[in-house]
Amino acid sequence: MKPAAFEYHMPRTVEEAVAILARVAPLDGRVLAGGQTLVPAMALRLARPSHLVDINRVAGFDRLDVRDGMLEIGPCVRHAALDRSAAPGPLGRLLGLVQPHIAHHPIRTRGTFCGSLANADAASEWCLTAVALDARIEARSGRGTRSIPADAFLLGYMTTSLEPDELLVRARLPLLPDDARVGFYEYARRAGDFAQVMALVTYAVRGGVVAAPRIALGGLESRPRRMAGAEAAIVGRVPDALAFRSAADAAADALGPTEDPDYARTLATTAVLRALAAAA
Amino acid sequence: MTSVAVGDETAMRRIGVTVNGTLQAGEVSVRLTLADFLRQDLKLTGTHLGCEHGVCGACTILLDGRAVRACLLLAVQVDGHSVTTVEGLAPSATVLHPLQEAFCAHHGLQCGFCTPGMLTTLVEFLKDCPDPSAEEVRVAISGNICRCTGYDSIVEATLSAAANMRDGS
Repeated sequence: MKPAAFEYHMPRTVEEAVAILARVAPLDGRVLAGGQTLVPAMALRLARPSHLVDINRVAGFDRLDVRDGMLEIGPCVRHAALDRSAAPGPLGRLLGLVQPHIAHHPIRTRGTFCGSLANADAASEWCLTAVALDARIEARSGRGTRSIPADAFLLGYMTTSLEPDELLVRARLPLLPDDARVGFYEYARRAGDFAQVMALVTYAVRGGVVAAPRIALGGLESRPRRMAGAEAAIVGRVPDALAFRSAADAAADALGPTEDPDYARTLATTAVLRALAAAA
Repeated sequence: MTSVAVGDETAMRRIGVTVNGTLQAGEVSVRLTLADFLRQDLKLTGTHLGCEHGVCGACTILLDGRAVRACLLLAVQVDGHSVTTVEGLAPSATVLHPLQEAFCAHHGLQCGFCTPGMLTTLVEFLKDCPDPSAEEVRVAISGNICRCTGYDSIVEATLSAAANMRDGS
């Protein structure tokens, strides 16, 4: 046997899942969704949860819907489902650009969008997407359901504001306006490996100048975040090389302390420039 | 099962899973991986175990037709589902799958350790992408590590198999 012993629970309804989690969370019980991070950690016995709450058979947890201008992603929606066809317009295009960078295909058929958010890896493509687009994350417990903005959900390395007894029951990504341009760039040392850096940008061009820019950077700090200085540097300007350069420099200027500041600066400016160029 | 540890008996579940077209019923420990269930309980040792933490791709199988890592699933999770292993790819005992034929013809396997995972990954890939470029094949197998580094011949074999399968031969 690879993992240490645990008690296994297989709830069929969200109410049952939340009730079991409330009971086992204080005993280091853990939720099992795609299992592409938790199961390897258990195989190496870095994680030894006493209880596993397997949510894969909970009715409705695999639902992926567009409703009220939002893409609603259930907790068992796999990475592979989030391709270009998952959402209309620019959001679908963006998902189609980002998703192939997540590990490898046989991981993407099992791993989940919501699981990536709950895992909060600093190099997670979906965490970057969630903060870039101001996703809302719904957490349910015996106390009710609350909706958490992505930026307040991701606290730092592998740390979220989810309470131990809260189940992430849905993530909601806003659709992008029809004139939104989207760009994504990631650098990793090997295909499918964790990102050294990644940048996600979206903006529109209205009246010849940049409007509603969002520029988010991930992989370099403890969590991905929007770079307000970079967005301010480009808004209202003609989208040319000079404007892109200002945004890239502003993003690099705003970086917190990193292990190798010169290298981090190069990665940040290059990623932002290439993501902006890809969106142009 | 001979590998049950003391105290595990309380954590046993009955499962039924269709493996290569045959319904297999059994009682498994909840902490048994699907890979170990296939190899130890069903004696289907064609599914290889390399890293056992999802990195090497050797244990890739098809779950309801889609490539997944058998080392990252618990056997109990596939209850009621359908699994195809490398043993289930050939249409009969005497006829190989076109991809297996091409691996033989183009020296697509050396030591053979990565081959089951390569084949299962590529069977699904060629269904979705019947006329791939060499670059697309390389991306498709980027999660399968060949310790002999025989990638060139694996790519050649895949392109040849794709052409044969398009021709219906």
